[in-house]
Amino acid sequence: MSNAFLQISNAEKISREAIPHLSFDQFQSQALDMVTNGGKIVHYFAYPDKESLKLLAVLRTDKLFVAGCDVPDVYPSLTKTCEPFHLFEREIAEQFGIRPQGHPWLKMVRYHPNYTEGAADVFGNDYSQDIPGNYPYYQVAGEEIHEVAVGPVHAGVIEPGHFRFNCIGERVLHLEIQLGYQHRGIEKQLLAVPAKRLPIIGENIAGDTTIGHSLCMAQNLEALTGVQTDQGARVIRTIALELERLANHIGDLGALSGDVAFLPPANYFGRIRGDFLNLSLLICGNRFGKGLVRPGGVRFSLSDDIRKVLNERLAELRPEVTHVLELLFNAVTVRARFEGCGAVSHEDADHLGLVGPAGRASGMAYDVRRCFPTEHYPYMGIPENKKATGDVYARARVRYDEILQSLQIVESLAAIPVETRCVSEGMTYDLPASSFSVALNEAWRGEVSHAVLTDENGKILRYKIKDPSFHNWNGLAMSLRDTGISDFPLNNKSFNLSYCGFDL
Amino acid sequence: MLSVLKNRFEQGYRTNRYPEEKVKVFPRYRGRPVIQDNISEETLKTCAESCPQDAIDVQNQKIDIGRCVFCGTCENISNGQIKFTNDYEIATAERADLITSGDLPALAEHAKQHFKKLFGRSLQLRQVSAAGCNACEADLNVLATPFFDLARFGINFVASPRHADGIVVTGPISRNMKTALLQTYEATPTPKVVIAVGSCTISGGPFIGSPEITEGLDKILPVDLFIPGCPPHPMTNLHALLSFFK
Ligand code: SF4
Ligand code: SF4
Repeated sequence: MSNAFLQISNAEKISREAIPHLSFDQFQSQALDMVTNGGKIVHYFAYPDKESLKLLAVLRTDKLFVAGCDVPDVYPSLTKTCEPFHLFEREIAEQFGIRPQGHPWLKMVRYHPNYTEGAADVFGNDYSQDIPGNYPYYQVAGEEIHEVAVGPVHAGVIEPGHFRFNCIGERVLHLEIQLGYQHRGIEKQLLAVPAKRLPIIGENIAGDTTIGHSLCMAQNLEALTGVQTDQGARVIRTIALELERLANHIGDLGALSGDVAFLPPANYFGRIRGDFLNLSLLICGNRFGKGLVRPGGVRFSLSDDIRKVLNERLAELRPEVTHVLELLFNAVTVRARFEGCGAVSHEDADHLGLVGPAGRASGMAYDVRRCFPTEHYPYMGIPENKKATGDVYARARVRYDEILQSLQIVESLAAIPVETRCVSEGMTYDLPASSFSVALNEAWRGEVSHAVLTDENGKILRYKIKDPSFHNWNGLAMSLRDTGISDFPLNNKSFNLSYCGFDL
Repeated sequence: MLSVLKNRFEQGYRTNRYPEEKVKVFPRYRGRPVIQDNISEETLKTCAESCPQDAIDVQNQKIDIGRCVFCGTCENISNGQIKFTNDYEIATAERADLITSGDLPALAEHAKQHFKKLFGRSLQLRQVSAAGCNACEADLNVLATPFFDLARFGINFVASPRHADGIVVTGPISRNMKTALLQTYEATPTPKVVIAVGSCTISGGPFIGSPEITEGLDKILPVDLFIPGCPPHPMTNLHALLSFFK
């Protein structure tokens, strides 16, 4: 595919001058071309540069590409012809007040005033008023059609979001998901805070993806400053990312067993998940891995006594995990509920650009650990692990396989002694002027990515964060089409998407 | 069936014996911080400058553990003159008590006695998640797992504020969640308790300064119990609930 985009590497510093600056038309047609030919959007966002606004896109095929252009005040929406641009165009409209003309479903993403001083609000909102919920939801008309609305405060101890089901009887025609309740203004805040606060905000974007997000932040800052991490730090970060995957996948399978009322594995997995969180605490003092990853490396080494306990615990946990997995997956009653439930076809998954286990369950083999490996992953063989059926069973089965793989990765990495020089405290980062870097990692939910642009004084000009959930929420909506509304909890948990990671 | 029994046997009995027996946590865990009396002003100043949360008050030699995220930076650079102990019993009934050089009042004595009388036998709580990172919610959720088994003390999380005796708030309360939070509070019958869990809810936590959030739940509702941490360890939550209400 010949194109005007520049090929780049994962977590590599490039000068902003090297990024092809195209005409808007060329930018749009090239991006459209790549995406309609199977390319995927990693980032597509706007940023202010002196007096003007610019657009930047990072796309992936089996390689990564970047290009940018100036933004016109209004522009023709790409979503009309190519759905994968949908949410990105809405986000740009909300953040910078630029209207994608002809966008088929232009609505707010996170309910906040735009970042461009003086720019009119595309949605005509008055932000001194309460906005959430104050919005004409998608409607289906007809006799016997009814709506079920839940949230933002959900029934359990979980994050807020608002779901509207359009139903005919029990059958769901469409689910509309409105998020944004968790919006903290992170991307904007990162531009203004002192360097010492960056890692703290980075690791709290989504607590269950602490390592995934803090890795992206650290790798970008390392690329930009040219700081090298040592081999030991890379091994410890890989262990931490896999422990995060283990804890969450195990928790998800427990939640899925609970939803089909098979309680023994629900309880066992609930507890075992805690054992894996405690292994993160063993390494760095926090169950979610907060405080571990910092630009330049890690803050805690794997001393011999820590490694000893880690190995012992892993040896204890392996048989328990295996047995509970068998217990869950051998139960015919469980399979009967999981199989065929909420199937997302490969075609839909490909079209929506689903990532992570949700994508792999629908036959999308993409895994950042294999396609754009960082840390210790270049030295490992990560299997493809895709499934064909796209249903709850497939999404659970991906977890099953990945639990065993991750367990094996952690066991093998923990078995060998590693030395690392822990990073010093009170780091300040002098970022280079007019530079760019984008980092991708395979967090447990899939591709998480941060992009950073600096201005001519080395100040962060734009910090763009993308949680895998940004791609996958629409997958959940698709899985619900034409299913019974009572299957919602099961489907919801099989995706288990992030609200805060999306809302930022 | 056989595999169900086999697993049951393997899993055994795992519920902890707290409060009769203290639960041990791994040594690197960072609980209640203690500032040594003889710490030099210079060291403390360096710590304060490096503290990402600006949680250290140099003049009074105190840390605001309602702002602190327990990152351990100050511990590292002070050569142990600020020490994070393994003590997870760190909740307080007053916001001001969270500003400390190491001592915290015993929560059991400080707890409002009438709450014990009202809710000591049964306490139903509604949780409102309001824009944190979800780790606080996760570590509240585990209280329902067999190891902690909160229900054995008559304490449960319920689905409706109408069935609740109080609310447990997590997250820094975004602009977009404020109304839903206040409505949930209103819908909870009086007398009711308000519990703030995590650095976010107590002070804004990692997101302090963002115009999209509230700087502390106590600015908008009367808070009865403050449980600090980022997130608070499940044992911190368990200790707080038991000493305050039992
Ligand atoms: S542990 Fe708390 S007081 Fe110490 S540096 Fe971190 S946030 Fe500041
Ligand atoms: S206090 Fe910390 S752990 Fe809790 S929600 Fe806030 S950022 Fe997350």
